[in-house]
Amino acid sequence: MNVSYYPGCSLDGVAREYGESTEAVSRILGIELKELEDWSCCGAASAHVTNDMLALALPARNLKIADKVGLDLVVPCAACYSRLKTAEKELLAGKNIEGISDKYQGNFHIKHLTDFLWEDVGEKAILEKVKKPLKGLNPVCYYGCLITRPPKVTGASDPENPESMDNVLKTLGAEVRNWSYKTDCCGGDHILTLPEVAWKLMQKLLDMAEEAGADSIAAACPMCQSNLDSHQKEISQAAGKEYHVPVFYFTELMGLAFGDPSVEKWLSRHMVDPKPLLRQKGLI
Amino acid sequence: MTVAQTPQSVIPKPSLRKKIEELSGQKISACFQCQKCTNGCPVTFAMDIMPHKAMRLLHLGLVDEVLHSDTIWVCASCETCTTRCPNDIDIASVMDNLRQLSQREGVKSSQKNFPIFHSAFLSSIRRHGRVHETEMAVNYALKSGGIAGLLKQAGTGLAMFTRGKIKLLPPRLRAKSQVRNIFKQTRAKE
Repeated sequence: MNVSYYPGCSLDGVAREYGESTEAVSRILGIELKELEDWSCCGAASAHVTNDMLALALPARNLKIADKVGLDLVVPCAACYSRLKTAEKELLAGKNIEGISDKYQGNFHIKHLTDFLWEDVGEKAILEKVKKPLKGLNPVCYYGCLITRPPKVTGASDPENPESMDNVLKTLGAEVRNWSYKTDCCGGDHILTLPEVAWKLMQKLLDMAEEAGADSIAAACPMCQSNLDSHQKEISQAAGKEYHVPVFYFTELMGLAFGDPSVEKWLSRHMVDPKPLLRQKGLI
Repeated sequence: MTVAQTPQSVIPKPSLRKKIEELSGQKISACFQCQKCTNGCPVTFAMDIMPHKAMRLLHLGLVDEVLHSDTIWVCASCETCTTRCPNDIDIASVMDNLRQLSQREGVKSSQKNFPIFHSAFLSSIRRHGRVHETEMAVNYALKSGGIAGLLKQAGTGLAMFTRGKIKLLPPRLRAKSQVRNIFKQTRAKE
């Protein structure tokens, strides 16, 4: 299976292990990720609060590249996905974006990685590659804001209760816990501008994961994972309660179940070391 | 954090409401104050005007009061209000337009960090075509908090560096000039 691939800026930096695990897992599943040639930033959280046209034109440049390739476009980052989908909606509605609108066909789907793996790759193909079922691991799946919201843009059928990541991890043998905070906000880039607010939101998520009986959190967004993984020390200090919850990218767990040898390298980049938990469960 | 002043008796200014409706493409007058936006908003604890009240103020044309609030910056763009609004108002997008207006008009807000952050982020895109996270974070820390601001981030930065998460060299994009053009073209249309 061949698809176009838009990794986004973070997968080369703060979310390196998300990028590496996505590529490794795709290779194992026989998916060829064709990275968009010379892709540029989608504008992320800053363009849409600064200038409406900039917020459309930045992602649209990438859609134009994908349009020429004509393959479905897979996006692992929730923010990139949201910006690309927003631009797609406007282009298909006939919005004029200079240098883009004229020849735009739009004959491809934009899919977030979670939905792509569950809906297009599917249970059977994933199950076939499982060498080491994630028995005994109890994660909650955390989707964050932008994979499903707003549904008018994403087309999510159940924006408050997405299931694709849950289904993938259940297929790997994980005992996924249910919780009602799948799509709550982690604070996003408030971690730099209003950190105390972001800490409060994350503390809530960590508390609710614990209440759901989870031993870890699985994420599918670079901002969500990096926020939750990198700031548990500050959150513990502010809350007067110790937090030490491993936060995985769901693709790292796929790599673990598929027996990929790079798993340890990915996990060594985490701030909260997930290896003791995995050792205790006999998974590494 | 300041508490924005919300007047007790007002003279509605429909022309200002229309200006915001035109800017955002949203029919603010459709709001019937059900408060679903406020009830679902995860950051009301840090807001000075609740989202439904901000919508009411805009409906009355009291745009200045909202523009000076913390609320427009505290909004985390999580899109919960937009998803749940029974009248189909894209409230998060209205917030975007208010932040744009605030930045364009140089409104003095107590939330000074946000325009600095967005400017550091966008200038990194303009320069490289992609965000160079390290450069962006250093620029932001310096401009928002000086050397002390930079030192505050140093611990997290060092921990990330030792884990190979920090890229020192900026990304290389062949078509950098195309991205610069997008900035030029869209700025002309502001």
